[in-house]
Amino acid sequence: MAVVFEKPKALTDAVLHYCPGCPHGIIHRLVAEAIDELGIEGKTIGVAPVGCAVMAYDYFACDMIEAAHGRAPATATGIKRCRPESIVFTYQGDGDLASIGMAETVHAAARNENITVIFVNNAIYGMTGGQMAPTSLPGQVTQTSPYGRDVNHCGWPIKVSEMLATLEGPEYIARVAVNNVKNVKNAKKAIKKAFENQIAGKGFSLVEVVSACPTNWGMTPQKALEWVESDMLPYYPIGVYKDRTAAKEAEEK
Amino acid sequence: MAERVLMKGNEAIAEAAIRAGCRHYFGYPITPQTEIAAYMAKKMPKIGGVFLQAESEIASINMVYGAAATGCRVMTSSSSPGISLKSEGLSYIAGSDVPALVVNVQRGGPGLGGIQPSQSDYFQATKGGGHGDYRMIVLAPASVQEMASLTIKGFNLADKYRMTSMILADGTIGQMMEPISFEDAEIENYEKPWALTGTNCERKHNIVNSLYLQPDQLEKTNFERYERYKVIEENEPMWEEYMMDDAEICVVAFGIASRVAKNAVVAARAEGIKVGLIRPITLWPFPTKALRAAADKCKAFVSVELNMGQMIEDVRLATECKRPVSLCNRAGGMIPSPEQVLESIRQAQKGE
Amino acid sequence: MKTTQILIAGFGGQGVLFAGKFLAYKGLVQDKQVSWLPSYGPEMRGGTANCSVILSDTPVGSPIITTPDVLVAMNLPSLQKFVNDVVPGGKIFIDSTLIDAKVERTDVQVFYIPATQIAKDAGFATLSNMVLMGKVMKECGAVSFEGNKETLESFIPAKKANLIDVNCKALQTGYDF
Repeated sequence: MAVVFEKPKALTDAVLHYCPGCPHGIIHRLVAEAIDELGIEGKTIGVAPVGCAVMAYDYFACDMIEAAHGRAPATATGIKRCRPESIVFTYQGDGDLASIGMAETVHAAARNENITVIFVNNAIYGMTGGQMAPTSLPGQVTQTSPYGRDVNHCGWPIKVSEMLATLEGPEYIARVAVNNVKNVKNAKKAIKKAFENQIAGKGFSLVEVVSACPTNWGMTPQKALEWVESDMLPYYPIGVYKDRTAAKEAEEK
Repeated sequence: MAERVLMKGNEAIAEAAIRAGCRHYFGYPITPQTEIAAYMAKKMPKIGGVFLQAESEIASINMVYGAAATGCRVMTSSSSPGISLKSEGLSYIAGSDVPALVVNVQRGGPGLGGIQPSQSDYFQATKGGGHGDYRMIVLAPASVQEMASLTIKGFNLADKYRMTSMILADGTIGQMMEPISFEDAEIENYEKPWALTGTNCERKHNIVNSLYLQPDQLEKTNFERYERYKVIEENEPMWEEYMMDDAEICVVAFGIASRVAKNAVVAARAEGIKVGLIRPITLWPFPTKALRAAADKCKAFVSVELNMGQMIEDVRLATECKRPVSLCNRAGGMIPSPEQVLESIRQAQKGE
Repeated sequence: MKTTQILIAGFGGQGVLFAGKFLAYKGLVQDKQVSWLPSYGPEMRGGTANCSVILSDTPVGSPIITTPDVLVAMNLPSLQKFVNDVVPGGKIFIDSTLIDAKVERTDVQVFYIPATQIAKDAGFATLSNMVLMGKVMKECGAVSFEGNKETLESFIPAKKANLIDVNCKALQTGYDF
């Protein structure tokens, strides 16, 4: 019988620990497919975050390191500067990348560090049980914003892709989503491009993946994906926010 | 013998690191250690190495963590407040069993403190600093020559035991110039099968990690790590004894304090006081055996420190409180004069 | 067996650290044990600056000088700060162009050298520090006066090699004063 669907080689056989309906599994798969298609598993080194994806080091079949909270871009920098021939990626959530690790993120981007960053934005701290994230929406109810995020009290959510796109440094900044088939397909393209950029030595490429957290949002998986469409994407629009190579090519034309 | 050159202590560390095969330096500016970064910034690009000024001490130590995980010889340097920031990474490096060299050219604290020389990070260096059960090999140079030799030694020990070696210097030794000769660095090579080099699809993936959610596994890892520490405590203590043969009073001092103490010992000998000096070169592992042996023949100890009395606790532990141990100290960036140390020796002699 | 502890003090920008470095290199070339310790920090940017140089036939203990054998004072605050620390029988060298005051102590030897004026008149206005070092070498004998050029060549970077001759001249002027 012909095999029509199988696990990417860049994933191990370990059983994912994610909650039912969590899109992390999809995003892991997209990263692994990109690695497979580019044939780079043997020279890839991944950096896992602190957060729900903390155990990503068990799931990706390439060499892996577990970074301190928010420091993945710095750790990845150390690896890449020692091994420019390796392909180095980080996989980080919103608390990790946009709160405690914002300095590491911004400066890795500003240096145009030749790494690939997969940024999963689900607007909440999942692993610690549903606290407010730097990307939680205005009015969003979380364990630490039980009356809804009051922007006058605790500020506005950060639009990471828009912000990073203002920097001269980075090569490629894009926001995608994984709430429906079409968006998943586009997400895959963006992730693959982020790896291709690194292979070509173009520099810092970040893909922000708008995701869902049914468990901590208190929704069914289906409802959560609908909420991504109705509430998340209007605040965090999908799109390519920076593509230096494309911009240059357009200019030349 | 190699040619003698004059060099600042901080520069000696940088040059020695390069000679030890270090080609990656990640740091952040802070007085009084900036000469290390400046030297690296100048030299590294010329020898195919990497100097990178990070956005913070936190970022720099995490760059060191990533670099160390690839099996490269890597280092960072800072001064007291910066080491507090690096402590997070030091704990991760310890928990992940990767080797690195970290330099602390100490200044007065706590808080922003001052920029003058101090030894007030003794506790932080020898008892942890970061969270969790871990140790660092702590080397305390007392001369510019030792800034170099202990840097090379530090890299070798770090690789040998897969952990951090810390050079615990101070502003004085960092800033001063003395003649130094660079012998050929003895680089010890250790296999690093754990390193992240890419699987090449030929082996199971390596994971560098300090997370163990099963407590029994974490306990086992910690016990195994401490078995390694035991070997270090047995084999690696280094110290210098000065005029200890017939000593009745034992002065204990490291780093710049030991230089001042030596002057005082000479002066006290001139007064007929039988006094000697034990200078710990490794602060961890502490030279416990040397101190214990001294406790059998000396009647009193004087701990000379540039802090409020930190090493004195280890002196008391090592001597099992058999003899009185007094403190001779200055703090906040001040340095005791030989006269002050001499007076402490006189008091100890009188049994006061 | 001899140890000489030399403290050089003045304003930042007067070449205090360089003068000390020169003496340290002289010691190195002449196979002495030496140490050179600068004051560091904000005072480097125009405040007071000083450096401690020890030249010895035996290994140097503490590099920190609390009781100098030789004090070189290049401004009044430095003289006032350190004059009473000099050991009895010690020597004090004073740039008398910049310091009006006289030393009241009678147990030390004092040399008043209008180093700033001398340097200015001789056309190397920035080298009062080296004029003083010339005099220090003559009166102290801690290091011999021979081979100044070679010493300077050993640590002055090639792109500043044109300054070596004028430094030698300043040293000679001080020596002859």
